[in-house]
Amino acid sequence: MSWSSVSEFFSMGGYGLYVWGSYIVTFICIAGEILLISNRRRTLEKQYGLIHGVNRKRDSK
Amino acid sequence: MAINWFKYSSPASFYFLAGKMIPIFVFAAVILLIAGLYVGFFVAPTDFQQGEAYRIIFIHVPAAWMSMFLYVVMAFWAGIGLAFNTRLSSMFATAIAPTGAMFTFIALWTGALWGKPMWGTWWVWDARLTSELILLFLYIGFMSLQAAIDDPRRADKAGAIIALVGVVNIPIIYFSVQWWNTLHQGASVSINQAPSMATTMLMGMLIMVLASWMYSIAVILKRARVIILERESHTAWVAELRKKGAEQ
Amino acid sequence: MFGWIIKRDLLLAMRRQSDVLTTLFFFIIVVSLFPLSVGPEMNMLRTMAPGVVWVAALLASMLSLGRMFSNDYLDGTLEQMLLSPQSLSLLVLGKALAHWLVTGVPLVLMAPILGIQYDLPAEALYVLTTTLLLGTPVLSLIGSIGAALTLGLRGGGVLVSLLVLPLYIPVLIFGAGAVEANMAGVGFNAHLSLIGAFLLVSLVFAPWATASSLRVSLE
Repeated sequence: MSWSSVSEFFSMGGYGLYVWGSYIVTFICIAGEILLISNRRRTLEKQYGLIHGVNRKRDSK
Repeated sequence: MAINWFKYSSPASFYFLAGKMIPIFVFAAVILLIAGLYVGFFVAPTDFQQGEAYRIIFIHVPAAWMSMFLYVVMAFWAGIGLAFNTRLSSMFATAIAPTGAMFTFIALWTGALWGKPMWGTWWVWDARLTSELILLFLYIGFMSLQAAIDDPRRADKAGAIIALVGVVNIPIIYFSVQWWNTLHQGASVSINQAPSMATTMLMGMLIMVLASWMYSIAVILKRARVIILERESHTAWVAELRKKGAEQ
Repeated sequence: MFGWIIKRDLLLAMRRQSDVLTTLFFFIIVVSLFPLSVGPEMNMLRTMAPGVVWVAALLASMLSLGRMFSNDYLDGTLEQMLLSPQSLSLLVLGKALAHWLVTGVPLVLMAPILGIQYDLPAEALYVLTTTLLLGTPVLSLIGSIGAALTLGLRGGGVLVSLLVLPLYIPVLIFGAGAVEANMAGVGFNAHLSLIGAFLLVSLVFAPWATASSLRVSLE
């Protein structure tokens, strides 16, 4: 299935809105979930004073 | 040499084991995702009936399968946690719920967006979409019950009971909705059998299913680690972790 | 023992007449709201009647779920029940049936009168009442699980409905479906037997689940 041009790829045979609408929302949900977990972890680490992999000296300056 | 699997059932050792396994699953998920999307968009042909719109199948079906599968896995771990009083299994059930709810939402969203070009309206009371909606309510019920209870022990057990009651009800709900839908057959057009799929389409979808498996495992392990840290803050090994963190 | 708990709960309910009546009036008001919102046009109302009456019955029985255990929980009798040698499931079954007698039965008795308001044919009224008669105990039994799980939680009332409504859906589908099938001239026995099946299954499993939820809540 070779797309002749980039614009044709994005128009997706006229259904671009639906196809890209669903893909974009899916990736937003996935990215959102990952961000939610990492900032839940970051607040936890700040609370515990347990900084993994982050240079503590630079923070304490 | 018998491997003592029970070693990993204690939160402390599981925490480090999970820490080592997450990168593997993340790597596998990314590779499979790229492969799946490539096959989905560049190898699979245009569907003669639906044109290009069918390409939504590459996330709709994996999300729907994952949402149902994760609910059963969640109920399994919740049941184990209730029966054997193992804290880690209940933590696992709590870690699974949000990912399952997310997949249910994605399945509903992509189902609606796929329904618009095919059936002409955003929401169709098709039996599968309706039971997916009810599954979302079950997830929300589980999560809000756990959020409403402060003591984690009681939250785990209460969540376990509602998860087990829910998993028993899923087939009942599915068949009653299926029956209800065929009762009003005139109301909506439903594609009862999946469109006959070219092998490459099927291949693309299966790769995406594997990618969603890897992604779910990675995300659930990641969330489980955070829950372990939150719940085990009073234990010795977390205190030692904090000391080590402070010296860094 | 089983009889004792039902008698006791009925006695308690009789002392607080208002509980019984509020559920009933809620049911009547909700059912009467629909013609005002949808318009008095008769055959529209007739097609809607089973769904409206069933949803109203569902909400009415859920309204009083919160109080099923909370009074005993507050004055400590629930703990005594847990400690008593009697099997907790039996006690809980008694409480659920007492709840059904207090809230379910008035709904069943009131349903035909409200059905007339929706100009339902006589036979459909009969089917509506039998489905409600078989269905409302299921609502109380499944509802008792939700009530036990959310015991003593702030915002428990809303939470019960969130937990329990998805589990009510099969009963709602077949309850309303039976009346509709009857009005369409199609046989409704399949629907009735399925609701009967739900009743038997929940009679067996719900008390056990409620008992374990009570143990969890009162640990």
